[in-house]
Amino acid sequence: MLHYLSQTFTKSYVLAEMETRKLLHDPTELISRAVQPILWLGIFGEALSKVRAITTPGLTYLQFITPGILTQSVVFVAIFYGLYVIMDRDTGVLQKLLVTPTPRLALVWGKMAAAGIRGLSQALIVFLFAMVLGIRLHITLWSVFGVIVIVMLGASFFSGLSMIVASIVKTRERFMGIGQVITLPLFFASSAIYPIAIMPAWLQSVSNVNPLSYMVDGLRALMLSGSVERVGFDIGVLAVSALLISVLSAWFYPKVVL
Amino acid sequence: MRETSAIIQVDRLVKQFGDLAAVDDVSFTVEAGEIFAFPGPNGAGKSTTIKMLITLLAPTSGTATVDGHDIKRQAAEVRRAIGYVPQIISVDGTLTAYENLMLMARLYDIPRAERKDRIREMLLFLNLEGHSDALVRTFSGGMIRKMEVGQAMLHRPKALLLDEPTTGLDPVARQNVWEHLFDLRGRFNTTIFFSTHNMEEADEVSDRVAVMNRGKIAATGTAEELKAKTGKPDATLEDAFIFFTGNLLQETGNFREIRKARQTQQRLG
Repeated sequence: MLHYLSQTFTKSYVLAEMETRKLLHDPTELISRAVQPILWLGIFGEALSKVRAITTPGLTYLQFITPGILTQSVVFVAIFYGLYVIMDRDTGVLQKLLVTPTPRLALVWGKMAAAGIRGLSQALIVFLFAMVLGIRLHITLWSVFGVIVIVMLGASFFSGLSMIVASIVKTRERFMGIGQVITLPLFFASSAIYPIAIMPAWLQSVSNVNPLSYMVDGLRALMLSGSVERVGFDIGVLAVSALLISVLSAWFYPKVVL
Repeated sequence: MRETSAIIQVDRLVKQFGDLAAVDDVSFTVEAGEIFAFPGPNGAGKSTTIKMLITLLAPTSGTATVDGHDIKRQAAEVRRAIGYVPQIISVDGTLTAYENLMLMARLYDIPRAERKDRIREMLLFLNLEGHSDALVRTFSGGMIRKMEVGQAMLHRPKALLLDEPTTGLDPVARQNVWEHLFDLRGRFNTTIFFSTHNMEEADEVSDRVAVMNRGKIAATGTAEELKAKTGKPDATLEDAFIFFTGNLLQETGNFREIRKARQTQQRLG
């Protein structure tokens, strides 16, 4: 058991490192990914803060949505992560990895960690652009550390979910279709761009079981108020969901090659 | 003559997909150090058999052992004992040659102190030492296949299983890949088990063959034995195939298989 765990951690690290190296060999993806959060903050955010349609007590609208946009850009990267599994399968990379003595859980954790690293690059972009726009954020050593943890866990959860979908549908076309269908409902059923209080009751209950809400909630507390009472709870929910989804994903993963 | 022993023992292996028995009661034995060809037309069940031997697919019934380990109950041990080269391209084009080998060295727990030497040795052996830091997607088809063999051999497995290793390669690259495989066997006594739809290739390089057709083994033996049984002088292995199965090598394969084969061909070519 101990051996299995140490193997899982070492191999996850190896796989995450290789994924990161790939990203560094060709960083164009990181740059193109930066466009979306910049548009949301710079255009959508600026425009809506002019009309003052949504009241966000004690915060400017731009402050309010910055953690939401960060969450959204991390989740959108992670939710399409299963595509890499399908690409690895269409080449024989995945088959070869599955024949090595690597624990299945490590294959999943490696990809999750890599999704987290991509998420962190998004976080950096959002922070920098928020500064450009003059959005006041609460930045301390602890809040930055908390943001890193939440981004990694959130990216892990949604990339894990994505890998399960990929293992079931197996082709790019079907996968892209499903990805498109689930991202916007997840985003809208959270407090990313408007407060939960203004949602109809049914949407509020959806929002309560949406892991994306816990990401937004935790990030908002860390990045804006610095009031961290609920952050521990948010992190706990995300950690448990990410762990469960990774175990489930490791079970589905080998089936993608069949 | 050295005492031989079985490295792969396949015992009444069956894989059923719905009503179709893709592999239907297959048994054969591969001796240690052999080059064993597993020829047959597309769709004969070669890949399905290999997928069971490498523990990617669970058999419906029957079993097999690799280096004495049961493929169903001792998957982890089987995985350490083998190297596998899939038909489709299995090196990562977005990593360098060195990184591709390092990935395998670490996944197979080659001790840290040995990794760099093993990788350097392997690159030298494959005549790729000058391309260590180049991204693999810039490689030619023959270089890619050699990289894949290198990845699968870095941990010095007892048996190397290759699925259609030379499909899509030009004759020069094919020759080159085989020279390296012969050399590997010479050095480490590695058993080489490969599938092919090319009877000529099976005839040329193998010590023994097991001809597969429609999920069953049609004949086993050395290529010479099988050819002799046809009773024709100058018979080819293809003649022997027709003799044992009663049918011509037919054109088969569905849309997906053909697309896969063509893609592989395109990228290797």
